[in-house]
Amino acid sequence: MRLLNRSAGRLSRHRRGPLAGLVVLLIGLLLTGGLYASFAPAQAGKADSNEELIQEGRELFLVSCAFCHGQSGEGLLTQKGDQFGPPLTDVGAAAVDFQVGTGRMPLQQPGAQAPRKKVVFNEEETAALAAYVASLGTGPAIPEEVDYDLDTYLDSEGLEGEERAEAREASIVRGGQIFLSNCTACHNFEGSGGAMPRGGQAPKIRGVDSKHIYEAMLTGPQSMDTFSNGNLPPDAKRDVIAYLNELDEQPAYGGWGSGGLGPVVEGLWAWLIGIGLLVGFAVWIASHSTRTTKEPSKGVDA
Amino acid sequence: MSDVHDDSLPAVPEEPLQNPGLPAHTWRPTDVDPKAEQRAERQVAALFTMSMLSAVLFVVAYFAIGPDDTFAGFGAMNLALGMTLTLTLLGIGVGLIQWARKLMGDHEIVEMRHPARSPDEDREVTLTGLSTGTEESGIARRPLIRNTLLGSLGVLGVPLTVPLWDLATGSKDVDQLYHTLWGATDDGSGPKMRIARDTIGTPIQAGDLEIGDLVNCVPHGFYDPERYGLRPGDVEGHNLQVEKSKAALILLRMEPGDIKPAKGRENWDINGIVAYSKICTHVGCPISLNERTTHHLLCPCHQSTFDLADAGHVIFGPAGRPLPQLQLEVDDEGYLVAAGDFEEPVGPSFWERDYVER
Repeated sequence: MRLLNRSAGRLSRHRRGPLAGLVVLLIGLLLTGGLYASFAPAQAGKADSNEELIQEGRELFLVSCAFCHGQSGEGLLTQKGDQFGPPLTDVGAAAVDFQVGTGRMPLQQPGAQAPRKKVVFNEEETAALAAYVASLGTGPAIPEEVDYDLDTYLDSEGLEGEERAEAREASIVRGGQIFLSNCTACHNFEGSGGAMPRGGQAPKIRGVDSKHIYEAMLTGPQSMDTFSNGNLPPDAKRDVIAYLNELDEQPAYGGWGSGGLGPVVEGLWAWLIGIGLLVGFAVWIASHSTRTTKEPSKGVDA
Repeated sequence: MSDVHDDSLPAVPEEPLQNPGLPAHTWRPTDVDPKAEQRAERQVAALFTMSMLSAVLFVVAYFAIGPDDTFAGFGAMNLALGMTLTLTLLGIGVGLIQWARKLMGDHEIVEMRHPARSPDEDREVTLTGLSTGTEESGIARRPLIRNTLLGSLGVLGVPLTVPLWDLATGSKDVDQLYHTLWGATDDGSGPKMRIARDTIGTPIQAGDLEIGDLVNCVPHGFYDPERYGLRPGDVEGHNLQVEKSKAALILLRMEPGDIKPAKGRENWDINGIVAYSKICTHVGCPISLNERTTHHLLCPCHQSTFDLADAGHVIFGPAGRPLPQLQLEVDDEGYLVAAGDFEEPVGPSFWERDYVER
């Protein structure tokens, strides 16, 4: 006790010292940081086993998703009985990988559409969330690269040279036909997207990661119909993706497509640029023709 | 009210206001300043020269650029030809206007209106010419020729109007509007028509589909005509287009509890799989713009919206009738088949069609 009193007295002597404020500040910071580190939700690190991954996913889920989707992903209803957040028990890992991997989830605000936005979770965290949601029930798994990438598939088939080029071209053509009969109604003939009823929109699907396109077909995000493997076989999906990627490689022979939205947009540019150019010349011609008070020096015929 | 006019005032004068005449001519800078004049001259010549150079560049581009060459992601050939031809035409047009506006004479000219009636001499000459013509052709003296000419001109109208007969009475083959390929084997000439994935061509088993799936379908007979007793020619070329335009089908699997079937159609679905014609009943656009969450199918042409959970009823837009539903069955190998043809014609209305109220 005496010892304690003595040391406390010794400390007390320094309490007005020049460094005392700094020391107290440092101790406070270390204490809060340490407390936060031990109690804060776990950041997904390297998880060795699937169970650890699921556990990490669950912790992330409770913090970021449970508010709308319920603490066990069972979904929530509003007081009126409308769906607030849909149940995630049977959506599978592919749906999570798509929604979180494209930034659509977590939702910024409720509305007609969950738009694509900045991705919030990193790859490990997304994988953990996907593993957790997949553990809740059934649903499609995240596809393998050979499922959605034509070149990987052709490699795995061991095709080479002429044979490979032919198989590649045939797949792209077939993908285009399947795209035209199944996708263009909403997503536009070149994948530029389009309007849907009540403020929704079918998003642009050009320049989207092949895996995400595959997952969207598989799971039917938001208002989109599902194109499960029983509906559109996996090779058909791969061909559609190959077609979309091929569209990106094609030069724009018709000039700038202005979003592929059709004659209204193109007409707008004809008015703005075409007629605008002519108006510009008309203004140039009409300028500098102010009448003058001077008389011509010699007999000008005018 | 008095109605007295002051008759002492003169009638309306010929010229109530004195004609002020034209304002004095003023001069343009190019008229008085030789420097401005030369500058304008050079500008016009430069525009015409630009036009010539662009025309030459057009020819150069035509030969020098290959059809597969690209420039900044565009087809280089189209871009170069378009730009050079634009400059060629623009140079001529702008040059001409600049020339007229800056250099050509711009003095004002007055031209008075003249009466619309032709002078008497001109009228006399015309009338004489007409009567000479009548006299020399002898059309008045030869009624045989006159009447046969009038007759031949009158009969000329017959071949022009008679072909409209078809339009008025409709095609005699109106019956084909009532039938699609789904009913090709209704007479027992083959197995019931399986439902196949459009462009992929494989038939669909009832167990293939998950809730929320939408499949764009056609009759399996397109891909395997022999199985249904069809000749290959029946589903090729023109015939294929005709049959596809009538038989295109939407297959949708939803929660069985969501379906509100029409009267007498309670067993038309298989485990929540329903089938509706893909052809809009308004003007016949093919539609597959579906919202999975609401089962609303929207036609992009005129925004007709059909509720596929509620017997295909119209909930918005100009369409007058629900989408025709196809009764589904499963054959002994588990494939989805059409129980028979549509009960009503698919697509837009036509004269002979009866309105079917459900």
